[in-house]
Amino acid sequence: MIGGLDFSVVSDNLSYFFIGRYPKGPLGGVGLTLYLAVVSLALSFIGGLVLGLMSVSRNRLLRFGSSTVIQTIRGMPLLMVIFWMFFLLPAMLGSGMTASWTIIVALTLFTSAYMSEIVRAGIVGIPKGQTEAAISTGLSHGQAMFYIILPQALRNMIPSFVNQFVSMIKDTSLAFIVGVTELTQIATQINNRTMLYPTEIFIFIAVIYFVICFAFTELSRWLERRLAYRKAI
Amino acid sequence: MIRFEGVHKWFGKLHVLNNINLHVRAGEVVVVCGPSGSGKSTLIRTINDLEPINEGKLIVDGMDLSEKKTDINKLRAEIGFVFQQFNLYPHLSVLKNITLAPMKIRNKTRKEAEEKALALLERVGLSEKRDAYPTQLSGGQQQRVAIARGLAMDPKIMLFDEPTSALDPEMIGEVLQVMKDLALSGMTMIVVSHEMGFAREVSHRIIFMDFGTILEEAPPEEFFKNPKHDRAKQFLKQILSPMH
Ligand SMILES: Nc1ncnc2c1ncn2[C@@H]1O[C@H](COP(=O)(O)OP(=O)(O)O)[C@@H](O)[C@H]1O
Ligand SMILES: [Mg+2]
Repeated sequence: MIGGLDFSVVSDNLSYFFIGRYPKGPLGGVGLTLYLAVVSLALSFIGGLVLGLMSVSRNRLLRFGSSTVIQTIRGMPLLMVIFWMFFLLPAMLGSGMTASWTIIVALTLFTSAYMSEIVRAGIVGIPKGQTEAAISTGLSHGQAMFYIILPQALRNMIPSFVNQFVSMIKDTSLAFIVGVTELTQIATQINNRTMLYPTEIFIFIAVIYFVICFAFTELSRWLERRLAYRKAI
Repeated sequence: MIRFEGVHKWFGKLHVLNNINLHVRAGEVVVVCGPSGSGKSTLIRTINDLEPINEGKLIVDGMDLSEKKTDINKLRAEIGFVFQQFNLYPHLSVLKNITLAPMKIRNKTRKEAEEKALALLERVGLSEKRDAYPTQLSGGQQQRVAIARGLAMDPKIMLFDEPTSALDPEMIGEVLQVMKDLALSGMTMIVVSHEMGFAREVSHRIIFMDFGTILEEAPPEEFFKNPKHDRAKQFLKQILSPMH
């Protein structure tokens, strides 16, 4: 008992909160939340990079393609992207699509659009002299991008990336509306079962979300420091 | 080595290069001077196609820059370019700044490229800085590394766009010294600069630009002793006055 609250509902269901029915059943809870976040994170990093590079390409068609995708997605609420994927993907790909993958695709599409803007801004923010120096030595524009511009741009983007990832971790909670048993869904289930402790349950998952996001932010600070350019002594 | 024939260039309505005719022979050192905005940077930037020309003919090392099928990357590999702002790669060490292009373009092994880079660092007096990062170097040191980076590709031509203008006065000498040695070694060089001492000592020819045209073109003795145009006289008076 803490301040009149009874957290035994949490301790009684601890493993269910963290891993769902795993290993007897599918992974759920915090484990599934992290899984959804990390997989979508990796995929939207790639998606954001591709869309971002297209948007600074010298080819007009590529620029047009990326801006169409980006503008369309940015004009939609995430919830709608999830619904679209939920109904559209099985129709397109058959029933092989699990609900978890539906969420991953939706989150990836959505986050890629925002990440691509970060990538574009990062690339455009590198002084023109860097590209000029690189191509003056005979490197192609692609090589200049790969060896000179992107490595510098990516470092500058780390804080914005982490922002985006932290919102994505929280966005995974929307997966509960299509029945994916991630943390929020599990909390809702337990709450529906016991009916007596909503405050305790939702305080607990709030703390969990906070801890995960906090850990990611700290990780990025550490990464930033490690990658900082050697400063003058 | 470099031949301009009736070259024009516009930035929108601005006529930046107006009927440029110029021939630079192999081994020649040419200094380009003139007031700010007269088109000096644009002129040398056309030589490696950082600025494409709009009209006329420009032939560099036997390659025609007005031809679409000319392999520009291949041409650029033969030309070193040194910028006013150095433009070293801040995320790479001094050594990697120099070895990148030889490894990626000339397919040199790391060992070959590093040996060459170390020899060049020795030549510019910076052997002990091989593992430093650009932000740890003074402006003069950065510019000398930039020169070494250009030389690492064994270029046939070296272009310099005001290489000492961004430097503190006490660092100008060390960079000019490297450039003088290079000039004496027989490198073909075009140098945009107002360092008249350098021009007098090592250049074969001085070019004076004004409003996008080459107004005057003469050996240094002649240019300094009796410039023909009023604009050039005015310019020389300004640049050689004790105020500078
Ligand atoms: N990328 C550009 N776009 C538009 N105008 C430019 C550009 N670069 C240079 N100019 C203009 O062209 C003129 C010549 O510039 P520049 O060649 O840099 O002169 P200089 O090097 O002699 O000072 C200047 O008026 C300058 O403002
Ligand atoms: Mg200039």
